Amino acid sequence: MAFDYEKYIRPGKLPHIWCPGCGHGIVLKGLIRAMDSLNLKKEETAIVSGIGCASRLPGYVDCCTLHTAHGRAAAFATGVKMARPEMNVILVGGDGDGTAIGGNHFIHACRRNIDMTYVIMNNYIYGMTGGQFSPTTPHMMKASTTPYGNPDPSFDIAKLAIGAGATFVARGTAFNASQIDKLIAEGIQHKGMSVIEILDDCPTTYGRRNKYKSVIEMMNRLKEVAVPVKAAEKMTAEQLQGKILTGVLFKADRPEYCAEYQKVIERAKGGAK
Amino acid sequence: MSEEKKLPRIEIIERYCKGCQICVEFCPTKVLEMKGFVVSVKDLSKCIKCMQCELRCPDFAIKVYAE
Repeated sequence: MAFDYEKYIRPGKLPHIWCPGCGHGIVLKGLIRAMDSLNLKKEETAIVSGIGCASRLPGYVDCCTLHTAHGRAAAFATGVKMARPEMNVILVGGDGDGTAIGGNHFIHACRRNIDMTYVIMNNYIYGMTGGQFSPTTPHMMKASTTPYGNPDPSFDIAKLAIGAGATFVARGTAFNASQIDKLIAEGIQHKGMSVIEILDDCPTTYGRRNKYKSVIEMMNRLKEVAVPVKAAEKMTAEQLQGKILTGVLFKADRPEYCAEYQKVIERAKGGAK
Repeated sequence: MSEEKKLPRIEIIERYCKGCQICVEFCPTKVLEMKGFVVSVKDLSKCIKCMQCELRCPDFAIKVYAE
């Protein structure tokens, strides 16, 4: 039976603004399926975003949503979670929004291990502003501001999140659409900061400059480079050259920030000792 | 007679379709084709109800009713 996405979409919002073939729509559908599988109540779910193509996502979902300043999704979301700890807080955003402008907020949200789920759509570029290179643009790939190739090495968002202290880190691709909802659902259920990186495609500003003939070629690339974590265990280092691991990459248990903060409140109520 | 009953129904919302061709390309049995700028069903009898077109459509334009 066809999935009823309209249940979670604000009436009259479709068709969305994303370009033909943009993977953000696939991620939006995955997020809706994840919300549905967990039976999240609309009034108890907050989706927070910054600025960018990916950050337009909350506008389409019929629940509590916040569209905030560039890169500040994690800061606003932390406020929402601290004020209303019973809410399910989901952050969405792109690679530039999350790791460049919002890099500071991102690493500190990970460090605090606050119970939120951050879905980062990594399309290797700033799409909305005209295709400038972002921290995740691969080495020597072209962007509008690096017409001869990007000399910078790129960020590995999953490793960054693990290093900063997130306790659930997963990676999926827009090609493996059926995996996205499972990863996001697992992230929402996890108590602590969950980071889910979804490798995406931007045919308009990234694909065209980097000799990808079509969105199909970009999708095929995602299909080729993605290797599930379990399959990678049996592969040699040589075979893993140029591949990107997908699935749940890291999971740990660490005290969650809201609970820890509550302990401080309790202690303060007892007076200074 | 049961053969015909098992055929799914594929609904295409043409107003939403942006013609990216992801569904056409990644359909394992090539059920779909492009008709102008939007996708259309070429051969429904080949459909194996894998739902990949519905899952991968970024624009909410395809719905597969399998039962």
